[in-house]
Amino acid sequence: MIRDITIGQYYPAKSVLHRLDPRVKLVCTLCYLVSLFLFKSIPGYLVATVFLVAIIRLSKVPFSYIMRGMRPVIMLLMITVVFNLFLTREGDVLVRVWIFTITEGGLRTAVYMAIRLVYLIAGSSLMTFTTTPNGLTDGIESLLHPLNRIRVPVHEVAMMMSIALRFIPILLEETDKIMKAQIARGADLESGNIIQKARSMVPILVPLFVSAFQRANDLAMAMEARCYHGGEGRTKMKPLKYKGRDYAAYFAMAVYTAAVVLIGRSVPLHIWIF
Amino acid sequence: MSIKLEHVNYLYSPGTAYERMALKDICLEIQQGEFVGIIGHTGSGKSTLIQHLNGLIRATGGNVYYNGENIYREGYPMRELRSQVGLVFQYPEYQLFEETVLKDVCFGPKNQGLPQEECEKRAREALKLAGLKEKYEQYSPFDLSGGQKRRAAIAGVLAMRPRVLVLDEPTAGLDPKGRDEILDQISYLHREGGLTVILVSHSMEDVARYADRIVVMNGGEILYNGTPKEVFAHYRELEKIGLAAPQVTYIMHDLQEKGMKVRTDVTTVEEAADEIMAALGRGK
Repeated sequence: MIRDITIGQYYPAKSVLHRLDPRVKLVCTLCYLVSLFLFKSIPGYLVATVFLVAIIRLSKVPFSYIMRGMRPVIMLLMITVVFNLFLTREGDVLVRVWIFTITEGGLRTAVYMAIRLVYLIAGSSLMTFTTTPNGLTDGIESLLHPLNRIRVPVHEVAMMMSIALRFIPILLEETDKIMKAQIARGADLESGNIIQKARSMVPILVPLFVSAFQRANDLAMAMEARCYHGGEGRTKMKPLKYKGRDYAAYFAMAVYTAAVVLIGRSVPLHIWIF
Repeated sequence: MSIKLEHVNYLYSPGTAYERMALKDICLEIQQGEFVGIIGHTGSGKSTLIQHLNGLIRATGGNVYYNGENIYREGYPMRELRSQVGLVFQYPEYQLFEETVLKDVCFGPKNQGLPQEECEKRAREALKLAGLKEKYEQYSPFDLSGGQKRRAAIAGVLAMRPRVLVLDEPTAGLDPKGRDEILDQISYLHREGGLTVILVSHSMEDVARYADRIVVMNGGEILYNGTPKEVFAHYRELEKIGLAAPQVTYIMHDLQEKGMKVRTDVTTVEEAADEIMAALGRGK
């Protein structure tokens, strides 16, 4: 039941994208996200679409799997679209019903915003689909390393992140187990009003917290038993190293960004719509 | 009174990269009053199988019948089924959540809609059956020792007065004394209370000692289904799938090989002792 959440969950496959250095994926994703806001024309969207589709094909992550990850954010998407649609007052009025006015500019902004958001989520979830949580934190740690100079505890933050990420599936599984055990004892989790529902969560939340603290305690003990003492002087078993394909990926990203920016600037929007 | 599984299939996480056939065409019938042991390697589908017995997992194919009624039919009283088929999960102590042991054990009966007094009466009775002393009633469940927590959790299921008790590795992580006590208690409930018991375990000794019938699972399928003697006669095949027969089975085979005239189908230490004494001419 709970395990159906796919957003951001690593999808094991053998693809070039999976093998890329996590730093490359992080930087490129960031670039891609920014690039989505750099253009305002249909050709720009076309280039972005082609790029996204190509990347998805390359990643070997099934399209349906990515779509399933979208489900939780549909609500957010709808709200954004509705707000943009009704609150933007620009250009000719298309429809006017009671106090609601839809303008040509509003429609355009709403559609573009929706596309941008979908691309944004698809692009960033593609990164987490193709990168293991450990790879991700390694990448972040390495990219943020310069911040160490201004006394930001980069290693500690990265370690906390990787532990948190590591615990998500464990806690999900635990929740599932506890829910089943209480359902087996006749617990009713579905019916009733919101207060009854909240109360019926107590038999699940209490054991969950107890076990989470217990696990945290055990983990801390196990880390100390193996002489963990923070990032000072700590080396990696698999240090990150750039390879040929990583430079190629940077190059491809640069080409894409340049294309998007150039197209976005050179062709004014209205020509393509009307 | 029986539980019957007909061609049950279960596909885990369909449509994802983790898709896997967890159960393949399981046909199994368990009669009222039986003591059935289910053994199998980790990941053989034992735990998935038992969660079908009270409808926690819905089979992706096939049907489950309780007392002849299909539990997947529209409007089947699932909660009623769950109070009839009590399921004790592996490491059940994580289900404890109340302030006191008594209150926690009352959780099941309360969900059955019984009045407070009746709940407490049943809870006390269940605690006694599970072998937890009265003085612990008002303890916080988190202050109990591991073995006591386990008992409190088992009591939490027994308090619903199930007709069938399903236990998933009830002795995992307990010391030998705690293990014997809990299994003896369960065996007592089976003999005296006429409770149907389904015991999942990977200790061959435990299963051989208590179960009338053994079901061996491997890779989501039932490999053997028979009395302990019948099943352990396949001890070579059992080894191949990472299981083993009880140690006495090996001893008896070795003794026979060395020329001693003993039967090799004994499954418990007591039987083996009698058999060896008889072979030595000093039988009772």
